[in-house]
Amino acid sequence: MPIGLYILASVIKSAIVLFVLLTSVAYTVWLERKVVGHMQNRWGPTRVGPFGLLQPAADGLKFLFKEDLTPPHVYKPLFLAAPLIAVVFALTSISVIPFGNDVVIGGYVIPLQITTDVNTGLLLILGVTSIGVYGVALAGWSSNNKYSLLGGLRASAQMVSYEISLGLSLVGVLIMAGSFSLRDIVHAQQGHFWGFIPNWNIFHGQIIGFFCYLMAAYAETNRIPFDLPEAETELVAGYHTEYSAMKFAMFFMAEYANMITVGCLATLMFLGGWNGPLFGPPVLQAILPVFWFVAKVFCFLFLYIWVRGTLPRFRYDQLMAFGWKFLLPVALANLIATAIAVAW
Amino acid sequence: MVSIHLILFLAFGAVAAAGAINLLVQRHPINAALSLIAVMAALAGEYMLLGAEFVAAVQVIVYAGAIMVLFVFVIMLLNAGVEEQTKGSRVAILFGIPGMLLGSLLIAWVVLKHSGTGDVAVGALPGAPNVIGQLLFHEFLLPFEVTSILILIAIMGAVVLASKPPVPGGAPAKKVQD
Repeated sequence: MPIGLYILASVIKSAIVLFVLLTSVAYTVWLERKVVGHMQNRWGPTRVGPFGLLQPAADGLKFLFKEDLTPPHVYKPLFLAAPLIAVVFALTSISVIPFGNDVVIGGYVIPLQITTDVNTGLLLILGVTSIGVYGVALAGWSSNNKYSLLGGLRASAQMVSYEISLGLSLVGVLIMAGSFSLRDIVHAQQGHFWGFIPNWNIFHGQIIGFFCYLMAAYAETNRIPFDLPEAETELVAGYHTEYSAMKFAMFFMAEYANMITVGCLATLMFLGGWNGPLFGPPVLQAILPVFWFVAKVFCFLFLYIWVRGTLPRFRYDQLMAFGWKFLLPVALANLIATAIAVAW
Repeated sequence: MVSIHLILFLAFGAVAAAGAINLLVQRHPINAALSLIAVMAALAGEYMLLGAEFVAAVQVIVYAGAIMVLFVFVIMLLNAGVEEQTKGSRVAILFGIPGMLLGSLLIAWVVLKHSGTGDVAVGALPGAPNVIGQLLFHEFLLPFEVTSILILIAIMGAVVLASKPPVPGGAPAKKVQD
């Protein structure tokens, strides 16, 4: 493919993925308010549009028109940079995620992925998410406010601790697939066994790995039951206490974009990626893989919201004890068991 | 024609050098730590250009993502203030800078003598994760295991330093129950 066409294809793909990602971020917020509302015997948003469907647009406008307040005692360069860091790295990590098989348009093979299939795609995602911590930590520190500082400290300690379990929970899958490439990992999960059970890693001995990944992912994205960095009852709003208007919205976007990335990764690693039943005419067969992928990510996001509506928040020492004394040994045991089983 | 490869190489190199200079010039510890992160990230870009994807990813995950987070964490925890400026010592100017130049010349000479000045194609050296894994667990197994024992000793040392020593002759320390 000539370099000009290649760049054009990359730009178009980036624009589409970014548009879909930001729209899903907005509608995940709507979904969360709606679902949690119904779980608590309320209606959730109903006023703006049918079923409150225009609520995200109204929220976006409100964020734009609110006064953008910068408190006088903050350390300005980092106070301004922190939300940018958070949102940029949250949006970057989606770029190595493949959404389906290659598509052939006009004789050119175009992978359904912003970057080409890098050999170390998974490691890149882990690296980018580990840099995302700085957004939260620097926001807490530069705000010059004790609640923000405590939130930032909690966030950095929590994310560094759970990153280890997150990485280890994925290594089992890597051993089974024998590759770091997300595309190869999905291809390794094709087909069925015993006639009908799909060949996904979660059914293939990685159920414990999936459990570890789930717990670590909740902690990494600062979601209930691990949302200690922004615990309202003790820290006002944690690291983003001093932020208002669009800067606050950036943290919000980063959090939900991270949730979606984590969901995509879970789908690719454990739930078989875009593998699923294919049927119907050729056009439908071309669309179905992407549909299965999106459907699985949706289920994962729904689980996130469900957990939020169900579980209370941990205490901080419980969080650390759980991460280091339970989750890490379990992830290690899973890794050793998988290695022995594969070597057998 | 200048290749895009060379342009990227120079750009990442410039970022790394600028970050390193900024690290020395900045007086606030948190700004210095952030410049160091920029240096690490730029170096990861260089590794990527050389075809060492795995090293690049590990550079970002371990250095920029884990070690520097702990640096920033400690700076935040201690709330370290702005560093005091000294006038600079004469010894450093008289001997330090020439010594540094001499040292880097020596290293450059050794490296050039050892490896020559010929070009190396991208991907000619082992860079893929599976190749590195094979090398580590076959050819370099002994150094790898020795390094892991070294790290284990360091971890045990950290645990010993972090745990509070028992008070001699006093009551046993109260255990915190959760």
